Amino acid sequence: MSNLTLTNARLIDPETGTDSLGWLQVGNGQITARGDGDAPSTDTPIIDCSGHCLAPGIVDIGVKVCEPGERHKESYKSAGLAAAAGGVTTIVTRPDTSPAIDTPESLEFVTRRAQADTPVNVLPMAALTKGRDGREMTEIGFLQDAGAVAFTDCDHVVTNTKVFSRALTYARSCDALVIAHPQEPVLSAGAAATSGKFATLRGLPAVTPMAERMGLDRDIALLEMTGAAYHADQITTARALPALERAKRNGLDITAGTSIHHLTLNELDVADYRTFFKVKPPLRSEDDRQAVIEAVRSGLIDIISSMHTPQDEESKRLPFEEAASGAVALETLLPAALRLYHSEQLDLPTLFRAMALNPAKRLGLDSGRLSEGAPADLVLFDPDVPFVLDRFSLKSKSQNTPFDDQRMQGKVTATYVAGQEVYRRP
Amino acid sequence: MRFAHRHLLGIEHLSQSDITAILDLAETYVDLNRQSTKHSDVLSGLTQINMFFENSTRTQASFELAGKRLGADVMNMAMQASSIKKGETLIDTAMTLNAMHPDLLVVRHPHSGAVDLLAQKVNCAVLNAGDGKHEHPTQALLDALTIRRAKGRLHRLNIAICGDVAHSRVARSNLILLGKMENRIRLIGPPTLVPDHFAEFGAEIYDDMNEGLRDVDVVMMLRLQKERMDGGFIPSEREYYHRYGLDAAKLALAKSDAIVMHPGPMNRGVEIDGTLADDINRSVIQEQVEMGVAVRMAAMELLARNLREVA
Repeated sequence: MSNLTLTNARLIDPETGTDSLGWLQVGNGQITARGDGDAPSTDTPIIDCSGHCLAPGIVDIGVKVCEPGERHKESYKSAGLAAAAGGVTTIVTRPDTSPAIDTPESLEFVTRRAQADTPVNVLPMAALTKGRDGREMTEIGFLQDAGAVAFTDCDHVVTNTKVFSRALTYARSCDALVIAHPQEPVLSAGAAATSGKFATLRGLPAVTPMAERMGLDRDIALLEMTGAAYHADQITTARALPALERAKRNGLDITAGTSIHHLTLNELDVADYRTFFKVKPPLRSEDDRQAVIEAVRSGLIDIISSMHTPQDEESKRLPFEEAASGAVALETLLPAALRLYHSEQLDLPTLFRAMALNPAKRLGLDSGRLSEGAPADLVLFDPDVPFVLDRFSLKSKSQNTPFDDQRMQGKVTATYVAGQEVYRRP
Repeated sequence: MRFAHRHLLGIEHLSQSDITAILDLAETYVDLNRQSTKHSDVLSGLTQINMFFENSTRTQASFELAGKRLGADVMNMAMQASSIKKGETLIDTAMTLNAMHPDLLVVRHPHSGAVDLLAQKVNCAVLNAGDGKHEHPTQALLDALTIRRAKGRLHRLNIAICGDVAHSRVARSNLILLGKMENRIRLIGPPTLVPDHFAEFGAEIYDDMNEGLRDVDVVMMLRLQKERMDGGFIPSEREYYHRYGLDAAKLALAKSDAIVMHPGPMNRGVEIDGTLADDINRSVIQEQVEMGVAVRMAAMELLARNLREVA
């Protein structure tokens, strides 16, 4: 295995919350040593990081790869290249493919596809209920044996409370993590925007932000009943935060995520019906966005995800109400997150706590850290280099990014998975 | 005067002087339309296509007549029956039409923003004839012309917009236009149909019609859009009529010379008393229809002037 020493690096360590110059040694796919200042002399190859940031590689929970079913939108190969270029060293894939990943057999298929084609780590999630239709739980035990790291019906809310409580109870017996989409599904049916002045002006069907809190409140009550391990995929509104805070204080096994789009964009970005800004849940008000940033800073929201959702041009070139939801984000996750660093709202260790350390911890992985013995999954990036994003330069098969033509700052220089370089900026 | 817009997609992007220019030009067409020979040739040689993805009788007829009176070659396409049913996307339909080199495209669509989307893909001038719950600019302009002629001005009036505001593109366009012209606007209706967010546009909101109508100059009724409701906005039509239907007793609370408007088609006995709608001393509903043709002629002429400049 490759041994190498990375010197002259700004080490971003989310565990200790530090951001300092130092060096890092890699051997046998693991971090073997690190230190401040100049590296000790060594006979391994040396990479001079020229003062760029070296951080644990991003662990991205909730990436949609469109195999099986819609490989023209994103394959394991294209998603892997995009992830490597974006500094994402572990993608945790969603089961909302067609058909859904709800059997050990279909899980084995995607695992095989992923291993053959992807330079980064791929950990699959499986559906919580068969066909994601909220009626019968999947074979949680078998799916775990086949490698499923979490169970989720993605944006389908299990509306039948009895089914959901049984699935949570059963999942607890397997120590399985359940990921849910907190949303009151009847209130949000058909919504394309968040209710408010903007949605009213544009005449778009809208959902009250309260629907998220109602969904979360229900799920928290079920957690009190069942004691399951639960992660809310996206918390995007201020009103949901007190409930989350209370649930954590009461000792429930609950964590929460948010998407990079809800952290960096608001409802007004939709402007004249730009469908690349249609995501689910819809973009929120600026007040909500600020509250969510603060919750990431305080640690109340644990995880930032890309919620990478490839859509082809045809699904987006439609009237806003009819257009598909979702945005690709594997390659824009880091530069978008760096907006919060440049606006001095979140420092780099906090960002990597939410993008690497916490998601790894939640899934019981060793990665997400810069400590000795951790896997050498690393991202080297220059946080300051400015650029204008050209969506056609993305490696994803789909280019539906809301950041097209936007000024961004920060680019990945190189990405390492288990000590192997899987990407270097040309 | 130069009209600085390529399309007429909504009132949102128009300035006070744009609005006044359209209305002033429309006045000349009101006169023309009342003569026995109602023909002009300002659009001669130009092709106008009316694309209605949603049923319409009056708006489509009004646009058709407006185009014909100005000498355009007018074609109507009933889009519900055509290629949309065969799975063609809106953009493909637009590109197909674009290849036929129309000059003016009049579009109605059931989805908000669909007309904006289409306008981005074609080379001709696009007029929005109503998109979802978003805007219906020519309706707001014809309402403005009707008010200006009846009241002698289009500013500092108290105007009540009553009924199903939530589902109404007419209400949105009127709210924006009348706000730009510096009027005081009240929105009257049950809170299920007049959401609080409308207060953020500077309108006053009333759920009591008797209170809301007090001393207004203009009463604009809206049609209860049963086809856009997915159930449960009002308990019944008879209760709605009792609380929010316009009748002589409620109208008596408005100014004695207040006018009554309705964009049509009316649900008589649901939002408006039939006799009142026909009362020529109070109701300007027929005049609205007349102004509609004039306003659409004016809007198309202004857009066509730009087309000819480019050519």
